[in-house]
Amino acid sequence: MTKPWSLNDARVRAVAYQLLLAAAAGIVAWYLVTNTTRNLEERKIASGFSFLAREAGFEISETTFLSYNAADTYLRAIAAGLLNTLRVAVIGIIIATALGALIGLARLSRNWLLAKLAAGYVELVRNVPLLVQLFFWYAVISEHLPGPDNALSPLESVFLSNRGIAYPVPRPHFIHPWLGAALATGVALAWALARWTRLRQAVTGKPFPAFTAGAALALGLPLALYLGAGAPLALDRPVLSGFNFSGGAALSPEFATLVLGLVIYTAAFIAEIVRAGVLAVDRGQFEAAHSLGLSRRHAIGLVILPQALRAIVPPLTSQYLNLTKNSSLAVAIGYPDIVSIANTTINQTGQAIEGIAIIMLVYLTISLAISALMNWYNRRIALRGTKA
Amino acid sequence: MNGILAGRAPRRPSALEWLRANLFSSVPNTAATLLILYLGWKLAPPFIDWAFTGAVWSAVDPLICRDRQGQGACWAFVVEKHRFILFGAYPYDQHWRPAVAIALLITLYAVSALRAMWRPRLALAWLAGLGAIGMLMWGGVFGLPFVENERWGGLMLTLLLSTFGIAFAFPLSILLALGRSSHMPVIRLVSTAYIELIRGVPLISVLFMASVMLPLFLPAGVSIDKLLRAEIAMIMFAAAYLAEVVRGGLQALAHGQDEAARALGLSYWQRTLLVILPQALRIAIPPLVNTFIGFFKDTSLVVIIGLFDLLTTVKVALSEPAWTGFSVEAYLFASLVYFLFCYAMSRYSQGLERELARGSAARTLREN
Repeated sequence: MTKPWSLNDARVRAVAYQLLLAAAAGIVAWYLVTNTTRNLEERKIASGFSFLAREAGFEISETTFLSYNAADTYLRAIAAGLLNTLRVAVIGIIIATALGALIGLARLSRNWLLAKLAAGYVELVRNVPLLVQLFFWYAVISEHLPGPDNALSPLESVFLSNRGIAYPVPRPHFIHPWLGAALATGVALAWALARWTRLRQAVTGKPFPAFTAGAALALGLPLALYLGAGAPLALDRPVLSGFNFSGGAALSPEFATLVLGLVIYTAAFIAEIVRAGVLAVDRGQFEAAHSLGLSRRHAIGLVILPQALRAIVPPLTSQYLNLTKNSSLAVAIGYPDIVSIANTTINQTGQAIEGIAIIMLVYLTISLAISALMNWYNRRIALRGTKA
Repeated sequence: MNGILAGRAPRRPSALEWLRANLFSSVPNTAATLLILYLGWKLAPPFIDWAFTGAVWSAVDPLICRDRQGQGACWAFVVEKHRFILFGAYPYDQHWRPAVAIALLITLYAVSALRAMWRPRLALAWLAGLGAIGMLMWGGVFGLPFVENERWGGLMLTLLLSTFGIAFAFPLSILLALGRSSHMPVIRLVSTAYIELIRGVPLISVLFMASVMLPLFLPAGVSIDKLLRAEIAMIMFAAAYLAEVVRGGLQALAHGQDEAARALGLSYWQRTLLVILPQALRIAIPPLVNTFIGFFKDTSLVVIIGLFDLLTTVKVALSEPAWTGFSVEAYLFASLVYFLFCYAMSRYSQGLERELARGSAARTLREN
């Protein structure tokens, strides 16, 4: 009040502190940038992303949805790496969620043996670094599985060997695109049916087994088409020729190790989240649902699960992010993910800053995308009228 | 009331009743029990045979292991190489020094775990302990030959990386957490941007950044050694994760505490250091210990930038031609070492969580 510019005024101090911090950050940034530009000049490294258009000159052992050879550009190599990362992350997230939910529920089982077994799994897996587990599984696959000439065959035409997993795929057939179209139509119809059921139930109160009917539609349509076309069953089977399998499809040992390791590790964390989520629902909720006359199935589906999900989804999101970030450990076992390819690029071109900027940008984008998706889902299942 | 108290204490169920309630209560339950028993009966004997009865425990010649490969585990590898795995390239006749240093460090941790020891003197004990460890490891005094830190390795390096990582990351994380909950927009923005940036990228990219980009950031002629660069990366990474845990503690604290401290006329730093942080950090201890466990496990990633931690020494020991092919045994041993440390920490954190929860429940009862 007395003096307008006194350091005793908290607001003036706040502005001063912030100016100081901004100035300090600016000075540090300027210092780093000048050092870096001088160092780059000395080492004759041109900064910028023009190297992306140059020929990469290295091979990539496996690619997803994208053909690549050594004559392609760095940009294409990095794109191939990104797709490989996404492939591991998507497959890993799906399997880890299923396995984690099963183990989490097993820990809550009334069966003492099953519960203890699940608890032991969680304790064991959570307390050993993921990288050690990856090396362990890689050693199991490459040193303890037999060679292709006497590969293990748990199912007909599926071969486990130290070269990876070879499995049969259907031969291309004109019916395949139509099967896809039938599945899409079935899913769309099931969705419409679920919507119609909800609206009708809101008005008339009459229930309709929308889930069963929808599932029958979504799966039945393609199945009917397949059978109608005479059930064409031509499989492209892997056959041993020389030192490896040809034909069919194969998962490389590196890919198999990475997915196996990530799934086993992340499932332990997801199991704990699922268990905590179910335990967070008050016992009284189940009893109340029961006394309202809801069946056990309805009580779980309509009362328990929606509440448990609310506690499960936010920590589950960070597990999905962790799995995606952990997939960067691929570089240690030789799976060509984005980090591994960016690392090769850095070693070949010396463009360290650009290479690491690309890695960080890619992961930040993936993180933000997963967060946004899961936040959207979380808002959908959140309690009406609460912040979440 | 009296009737309930006078009632008989619940009888302990007999073994048969326990079995029926916990293993055979229903048809699916019985089926699950039988399936698990069957699998155990099928899988356990071959495993025990491989890991114990058929294993090679000591071998002068790796060829003995080679003969038994596939039938029995080669623990002889671990027996033969344990000194290198635990102590790295530290001079062989001086191995007692890192051994004593490890014992000292573990003692410090054990002492710090006791709540009765949580007083300012503990910080002095840590300073003295770390000083003694540094003296032991480097040497050069009291007739101990000097050992440069390039030769440090194995378990000792893993423990040092995590201890110093936490020691520096923790204060930094408190500043970041306070910054992120500050009312000043610039400070909040800088802290939030740092935390979210680091948490959004994998640790490997931060380690790569430290190993290839840090040299570019420094003026010509200045260089930092590899160990320190990795440690800086670990600190930067851990600080962002710890900051979110500390912020959780800050948010869990009732708002009235800050208002009461304000009403007493305390300044920001007085409020923060005397009222807010002591309570917020106490709430955050169990998740902090969990973050420490994660950080301890994450130190294994330095193998990728070629630092000689526990995992690297295992890999190097395996690369010797005589011992290639025994990786499974080697990684099981590495897993066991990591497991012992992490499991001890995680049991401690669970116990502490129960204890703190009981404390607060008792207090709530007293106060109401």
